[in-house]
Order: sequence, then C-alpha cells, then structure tokens
Amino acid sequence: MKETPLKKLDWLLLPIIGVAVCLALWAMIAGKEKRTEGVDDFGDKIVKVQRTGISADLPSPTETWDKSKLYITQPLAKRGELDQGILRFTWLSLALVAQGYAIALLIGTPIGFFLGLSKTFTKIFDPLIQVLRPVSPLAWLPLGLVLFSGVKVMDTQGKVSFGASDAAALFTIAVCSMWPTVLNTAVGVRAIPQDYLNVAKVLKLSKTKTLFKVLIPATLPYMFTGFRLSLGIAWLVIVAAEMLTGKPGVGGFLWQQYNALSYAHIILCILTIGVVGFILDRLMSLVESRFKTA
Amino acid sequence: MALLEIKNVSKGFGPANARFEVLHDLNLEVETGEFVAIIGYSGSGKTTLMSLILGLQFPDEGEVLLKGQKVTGPGPDRGIVFQNYSLLPWLTVFENVALAVDQIFPQWSVEQRRKHIERYIGMVNLTPAMHKVPSELSGGMRQRVSVARALAMQPEILLLDEPLSALDALTRANLQDEINRICQEEKKTVILITNDPDEAILLADRVIPLTAGPRATLGPSIPVMIPRPRSRADVNHNYDFKQTRTEVIDYLLKATDKRKAAMTVKLVLPDLIPEDLDLPRHPFGQKRRPRRRSEEKRETVETAV
Repeated sequence: MKETPLKKLDWLLLPIIGVAVCLALWAMIAGKEKRTEGVDDFGDKIVKVQRTGISADLPSPTETWDKSKLYITQPLAKRGELDQGILRFTWLSLALVAQGYAIALLIGTPIGFFLGLSKTFTKIFDPLIQVLRPVSPLAWLPLGLVLFSGVKVMDTQGKVSFGASDAAALFTIAVCSMWPTVLNTAVGVRAIPQDYLNVAKVLKLSKTKTLFKVLIPATLPYMFTGFRLSLGIAWLVIVAAEMLTGKPGVGGFLWQQYNALSYAHIILCILTIGVVGFILDRLMSLVESRFKTA
Repeated sequence: MALLEIKNVSKGFGPANARFEVLHDLNLEVETGEFVAIIGYSGSGKTTLMSLILGLQFPDEGEVLLKGQKVTGPGPDRGIVFQNYSLLPWLTVFENVALAVDQIFPQWSVEQRRKHIERYIGMVNLTPAMHKVPSELSGGMRQRVSVARALAMQPEILLLDEPLSALDALTRANLQDEINRICQEEKKTVILITNDPDEAILLADRVIPLTAGPRATLGPSIPVMIPRPRSRADVNHNYDFKQTRTEVIDYLLKATDKRKAAMTVKLVLPDLIPEDLDLPRHPFGQKRRPRRRSEEKRETVETAV
C-alpha cells in the first residue's frame, strides 16, 4: 500500500480519535449545571444550582479542567497537608511506592531463588504462596495496622515521623507487589539451561561464584520481567493504601476529594495515576530490554 | 600406567525393575599424548560415556581411573568441549575464557592471566572477535571459543564431545584442520567422540567403534597408520585411509546386523472387532460395548486370494 502523508501520522491521529470519542461520551453522560436566580421568602436574591443529565453529579470535561487547573498549573504548590499541587502528591506517592517496592524486591528475589533451586523449599512454601498471592491490598492493610500498631518513631520536634499507618502502608505494598518477582525469579532459575550448570560444574566454581557468575546473570531477564510486573502492582496498591491510611498523596487526595464532594478532582487523580503508571511501566521495560541476553 | 583407564564400566538409567542399560562392560585405556576417537551411532551412549569420564555421572559397575585415581567429580585436569558450545551468552569471548582461567590459575597475576587468555584466543584465530558476545558469532566461531576455553585450562586430557556435529560441512572441515594443528602443537591427550568416520580417521591415532545401543560396548581399537601431518587433500587418496574407513564402517554395520538377526518381534493385535457404523444407533447413547475378538464364537478371516 502507498504511504500517504496522512498514513504517516497514524500513530498520532488514531489515538487522538480514541481520546476524542471517549471525551464525547463523557460529555454526553456528564451532568449539566442549571443556575436559576430567584428571590427567597425574605426578598433576598439567591442562585439555585440544579444539575441534570444521565449522571447528574459527574462533572463535564470542561468543569473538570476548570477545577483542576490550579493543581496542574501550580504542580508543586503546598497549601495544606491534603491540598497540594499534583506533582507534589505524585512525588509523595512515588516515594512511598519506592520504599515498599524496594522491600518487596529485597525479600522477593531471594525467595524466588530458593524456590527455583530447591524442590523441598518449593514443596514447603508453594501452597502458602499460591494462597496468599491473590489476597487484595485492602485485606492486607488492616492486618498491617494490627501488626505494626506499636511502631512509633519520633522526630526531633516530638512529632510522629513514622507511625503504624506508614509501616502498614509499606507492608501492604511490599506483600502485594512481591509475588511476580518471586514467581518469575523461580521460573527463571528453573529455566537455566543444564549447559550453563555443566560449565559451572566442570570449572568447579564455588557456590557463591556459581550464584554470581552463572545463576544470577542467567536469571536476570526473568527477574526484570518480575520487577516490572511488581512495580505495576505496587503502583496499584498505593491508592488503596493511601485511601485507608489517609496519607497525603495521589490516593489520599482522591479519597479526600470524594468525601468533600469535589468530584472533578477524582478524575484528575485517576488520570494522574494512569499516566504515572504508564510512564513507570515504559521505564521498566526499557531497563528490562537492556538485560535481555542471547 | 595408562593416563585414563576405563574398567568394565556399565551404566544404566531408570528404576531397578525397568532398567535400561546404555553402556555395557566398557574397557578402554588411553596413554599420554594419544589421540583416540570413539565413533558410534547417535543415541548409542557416547555422551553418557563422556559424562562418566568427566565425572558428571558415575558408572553403576566398574570404574573410571585417571592416573590410577578413581574419578569422583569434574576437575580441571579434564577439559571439555561440549556439542552445543555451552558458552555463557552474557560474557564476551574473552570473559568466557577468563572465567575458566581465573578459576584454575588464581595464583597468577592479572597480567599473566590476560596474556594466557589472549594466547589461546589467538590460537583459535579469534583475536579480532575477542570482545564480542557469543550471539554475535557464527556457530563455528562459538565452537572455537569453547575449544580455547578448554585448552586454556591446560588439562591433561582434552575431551571433545561431538564438537563439530552442529556445524555445516565446510566449517567442519576448517575446524577439523585447526583441531588437528592445535593438537599437534600442544601435544595433548585427546578423546574425541564423533559420528563421522572421516573426521575420526583424519584426526585420531586410533579409532574405537561403539556399537549401537542399548547395551552398547566398545569394539576393537583400529589403529590409523596414516603418517602425520595429515592433509585433507592427501588423505582422500590415501590407501590406508580408505582401508581404515572401510574397516570402521564395516564393524559398525555388522554389529547392527547381528543385533537385527537376534531380534524377534511378537505382534499382538488388539482384542477388538471393528464397529459396524452402518448399524442404527440409539439417539440417547445406550453405548454398545466394543466387541472382543476373544468373546466371539466365530470369527471371519479375510485372506488375500
């Protein structure tokens, strides 16, 4: 087929069509505001606001933009604990995710290696892992709060800088995002070709040398697939964790704005979470492709 | 005393009641400096034999002795070139060889080791590709790396496990010449396992056929009288070459024929009579059970007229 100039812009035009269709649908079902001015019983002027539409309370795209403008144009502003610019919130959430994710990798990778290397270990722990894996973050969080109820780290001013809710949030992120890393590492270790292991045997490499020179490099591609999936889950969990603990961040902001009936900001938060998740995934697959061997 | 001795070795796999004996009563002696080729059908247990010498597996009966000592595991005194290269794909050519050298000569200085590695990479003519990873190399080049790695370990015995069978004919011929040259230069003891009679005769001092498995065993050793250095072109017209080749192939074919003659086959037909699909079937099943030949009182037998 001939390459027309229009065809070359496909990558840009087609997604725009998708977004436009979605926006149109949204505008169609969103509520419209109707203001009627009147006079009350005492003769004072009042403005009555009525919303009508298929989903009356859903703000339309333009309303969403108007109300979110402040958060986007001043992305780093801090007006209050739960009233900050959207980038600031994102940063807070990312910091929390990074900590929980780091814990998940530090615990998950060794477990994966043990699972891949030892059949006995697999038989002991695999059923447990299969049962714990599908548990939702919403279920882990209360347990985390109970588990770490005694955690209290004070800063110099006598304020709690790391309390039970922080620990519970980290715990939830770590526990939920650990599984892809564990399982992929285990699969990767099991998939190491016998040839590589024979090389290690013939050269009489020590246990540690075999681990670092053969096992880990051979498993890296699998491990990074696990790391990428784990990061995706960690980012999913953050919203739930922040909602329930009320920590400032994208998720916490979302829940607070829902309670404050400020629905436009919910949409802002959803879009932010989606975009950030997408960027994280892209970044991780870049890293992942660098480690593809053979 | 021979460098390597294999005494009455048998090796089988599977559980005791259904054991499948691959190698049966093998005997072999290899002297220092000898180049021995073991030739056999594919699947006859050649690689198993190599694993036994290497110490990756152990014989069920008999023993493998290296300089009078029983083989208890792999060791740096036996260098191996595997059939499928077995290079680590994330390491460059240099690093692959270095992995072996660092392990075996840890007492050497870094400079000494680097020189040693470069010497062996040069020996297999790979100096220009020294810093490439295996995926950037052709099959023949990968196998050269594998040879360099095995030689750099400076083993007492070099084991070649079908090193060239995965390569195309021209590359194989090239590499055969190179292995020939290197082995003459280095004066190594070599055991080559192969399924190509020409390769075996071109390279080895003596050729030993391994009969087809199961229960494969080594035949009489056939000395190769062709003087060295042997060149491929001369060898093709050499009378001794043709003679030896005929001898090897004849032995292998005869060993199979004997086995065939001794084999009896008893075919048991399934105890079923084909169903007549023309008979009307009940729509809701009422499955008819298959008719058994043994239950029928009469049987019709069709014969060709």
